[in-house]
Amino acid sequence: MREILPYIINGISVGGQYALIAIGYTLVYGILRLINFAHGDVFMVAGLVMVYATTALPMYIALPLVLAVTVLLGFLIERVAYKPLRNAPRMSVMISAIGVSYLIQNLAFYITGGVPQPVSTPIPWISNNVVVLGVSTKRVTLITPVLTILLVAVLVYLIKKTKIGMAMRAAAKDFEAAQLMGIKINSVISFTFVIGSFLAAVGAMLYFTNYPSVAITSGGMPGLKAFVAAVFGGIGSIPGAVVGAFIIGLCEELIKGIGYTTFSDAFTFALLIAVLCVKPTGLFGEKVTDKV
Amino acid sequence: MSGTILKVENATMQFGGVVAVDNLNLEVNEGEIVALIGPNGAGKTTAFNVITGVYQPTNGAVWFEEKKIIENHPQGKMKSLYKGQHAGEYTSVLAPTPDQVTKLGMARTFQNIRLWKSQTVFDNVLIAKHCRTHTNFLAAAFRLNHKEEARQREHVEQLLGEVGLSDVKNELATSLPYGKQRRLEIARALATEPKLLLLDEPAAGMNPQETDELTAFIGEIRTKFNLTVFLIEHHMDLVMDISDRIYVLDFGKLIADGTPDEIQNNKRVIDAYLGVAEDA
Amino acid sequence: MTMKKKQTIFMAAVLLLLLAASIAVDAALPSYHIAVKVIEKATVYALVAVSMNLLNGFTGLFSLGQAGFMLLGAYAYGILTIPVAKRESVYQYFDGGAIHFSLPEIFAGFLGEGVGSTVGMLAALLVGGLLAAVFAYLIGLPVLRLKSDYLAIATLGFAEILKAFFQWNALGPLTNGSNLLKSYPAFENATAYVLLAGVLITFIVLLINSTYGRAFKAIRDDEVAAEAMGINLAKHKRMSFVISSFFAGIGGGMLAMYAGTIAAAPFKSTMTYEILLIVVIGGIGSITGSILASFLYIFSSEWLLRGLDSGTFLGINAPGIFKNGFRMAVFSVIIMVIVLFFRKGIMGDKELPDLLNRRPKQRKKGGAVK
Repeated sequence: MREILPYIINGISVGGQYALIAIGYTLVYGILRLINFAHGDVFMVAGLVMVYATTALPMYIALPLVLAVTVLLGFLIERVAYKPLRNAPRMSVMISAIGVSYLIQNLAFYITGGVPQPVSTPIPWISNNVVVLGVSTKRVTLITPVLTILLVAVLVYLIKKTKIGMAMRAAAKDFEAAQLMGIKINSVISFTFVIGSFLAAVGAMLYFTNYPSVAITSGGMPGLKAFVAAVFGGIGSIPGAVVGAFIIGLCEELIKGIGYTTFSDAFTFALLIAVLCVKPTGLFGEKVTDKV
Repeated sequence: MSGTILKVENATMQFGGVVAVDNLNLEVNEGEIVALIGPNGAGKTTAFNVITGVYQPTNGAVWFEEKKIIENHPQGKMKSLYKGQHAGEYTSVLAPTPDQVTKLGMARTFQNIRLWKSQTVFDNVLIAKHCRTHTNFLAAAFRLNHKEEARQREHVEQLLGEVGLSDVKNELATSLPYGKQRRLEIARALATEPKLLLLDEPAAGMNPQETDELTAFIGEIRTKFNLTVFLIEHHMDLVMDISDRIYVLDFGKLIADGTPDEIQNNKRVIDAYLGVAEDA
Repeated sequence: MTMKKKQTIFMAAVLLLLLAASIAVDAALPSYHIAVKVIEKATVYALVAVSMNLLNGFTGLFSLGQAGFMLLGAYAYGILTIPVAKRESVYQYFDGGAIHFSLPEIFAGFLGEGVGSTVGMLAALLVGGLLAAVFAYLIGLPVLRLKSDYLAIATLGFAEILKAFFQWNALGPLTNGSNLLKSYPAFENATAYVLLAGVLITFIVLLINSTYGRAFKAIRDDEVAAEAMGINLAKHKRMSFVISSFFAGIGGGMLAMYAGTIAAAPFKSTMTYEILLIVVIGGIGSITGSILASFLYIFSSEWLLRGLDSGTFLGINAPGIFKNGFRMAVFSVIIMVIVLFFRKGIMGDKELPDLLNRRPKQRKKGGAVK
């Protein structure tokens, strides 16, 4: 127990970070039926901006700036790359998403020169070390799950109780009908991307506090895994995404704990394939039947 | 000659708590034209989907040419949910996929036309011949099947001639006018060499003249291809004109069956269906 | 029918011209020249892009596992062709590895040096392709039942799993773990690449134009109708997936030849994305489009736009802007423009010979109006 405890604590923390990214995937998929392949890269950009902003500016300006830039990026991606393809086949939109991912990575490569950017001024307080149950860890590890749950609670409230939340639910249920009922579908979609990017930015700040540097490929794996979490939980379902993310975070760290670090990534995908084969719509997903 | 080609036996199709087809029993004899009518949402297309293997019935069986081809009984969650009749009577499971059903000799058209959009008229029909080829992909790629291919192409030419689409064979299927698209869908179904042809609202969206032409056309191909025809239709003129017998479905249940004359004078049918249709 | 003949002749002429060009390039330039390298790499990419197009463009299955199958082909090629004498140094951390033969050497033993090693190399490529095909068959059983985007993510995941396995130290005696595989033989000139890829692509074209290819297109256009017309979906999807993976495997082996070393790391999702984008640029559903796009893509990224990365481009000297990474940045902007505004790509779903056909068709339409 002693030996695996740090892995469990880490797992819950990583799970929380995945959850924050996964929500972005699940919200967008719920409405647009699109795997936003660029979401992981948005996450990476948030990390890069954090590195640059925290070195140049005081914390109280830098952190809001990270949130603002990331949200703006998410908004722009939707407007430029997805909105023009609203009536195009799904494959075209998916290709556009892949193109955006490719573009962001290449731009980031150009700006960073391909060198991983060191997290030289980590966010104070949360990057301090604390000792829990005899295990030494950074404070961020403990804060992540709490903050995640808090944010998810706010989000669920937003979706259940507010007008824009109702519009989001309507758009997710039936895109065209929602449009016919006078819902401004484009603002709803933009809002969805804003929320997703905001949460990804928070996730990035927490995630990269634990890492020495941000590389242009840093977004790929967490992004894909968060997506797997979203699928695992049943895409479109927020609680599903959160539960899926925590499960994946935990499993991954435990696999590292027993010494199979090489397979921690592979495991996630094996889990994905297994889930898709047994229950293609995920743990909490709704069943859909094609009409003939 | 007049053996039963299709027999639906106690078929029930339940989606969750909704019974879309409730204990359906019907028979189609060789050489007949039989119609399945009923108000919108009565479960006609669902019945077609059960017969052609698109849906697996919740309970019951389907026989084709005196052979049981489909059978199912409530399983899993459905065991407690099942609201239909004849529970426990069926015990085995026979669930062919639609392509297997087609290969047995049953072909269908769709309510909302489903042609292959990027293909020409000719290729739409030629592709339907694929299920009757006997070559593997290597032989096909290296053109070792050129004799078979030539025979198929010739057959498609002939078929297109018979349905009157020869002049547009190189056009894209979707560029055809609506009536011809319907006709093409029938030609495509014929290319699979069926004994039983199922038509799902073949006259939907057609004007009276086109409907008349279609009525004649169905009669023609029945004789020419030695077919049995089972069709769903809302155009009563067409149905009364060509059907040997009619089944009437309402809320998933069979409420009447008989010759066109019998159906026209059936009180229940008039109440459930024809009265409404006349208003419209 | 005569049109068809004309098209075939036209296509054959284009192919011969390409072959002649590569022979000429080989004769005129040393094998390390950039032109030779561009032809080699573009040919390999063309093969892989066409194989991806068979699946994504012609069968409508959105799979993103291409890099994984290429990885299988690359490793199979490397493992089977490293000369026995060099295995000690290549597998230095694994006691010379688990395999102590080399296909080119075995075949050279009874076919003679030149022919034998070529046959051996081809055999190794074939094994790589078959390995990829077998894997595709196995994962296809569960995965191909999934719908579009789930299929994409599952195949992407499968490629990641494969990558992890090939980096696993326990398989080191076979894969050399996270170390490079190297010192294996490669084709010596561009013509060999062109010839092999040409033959393989021709096969794919023949397949697409056969009754099976037509069935694939029917599945792409409307799955429900295809099934209702007697096309066994599971069988045909699997067939397309397996055949596509087979050629991706061979492509992977050829890429290994071109690169000179093999590691699992480059076979990541970005590689699949790159190939997908080539297919999109060329036109989804166009073989000649994929080939053209591969050459265009490799030619510009490896040669034409090189200056963007190294200070001077079109005579403008601006090291501050034209620094490392600018080329790919510009490139991805171009790709986005194509994806957003020229969704049909260069060729749409037309083939090169179809361009011959254009005028007569218009005339016929004009006639129909009268």
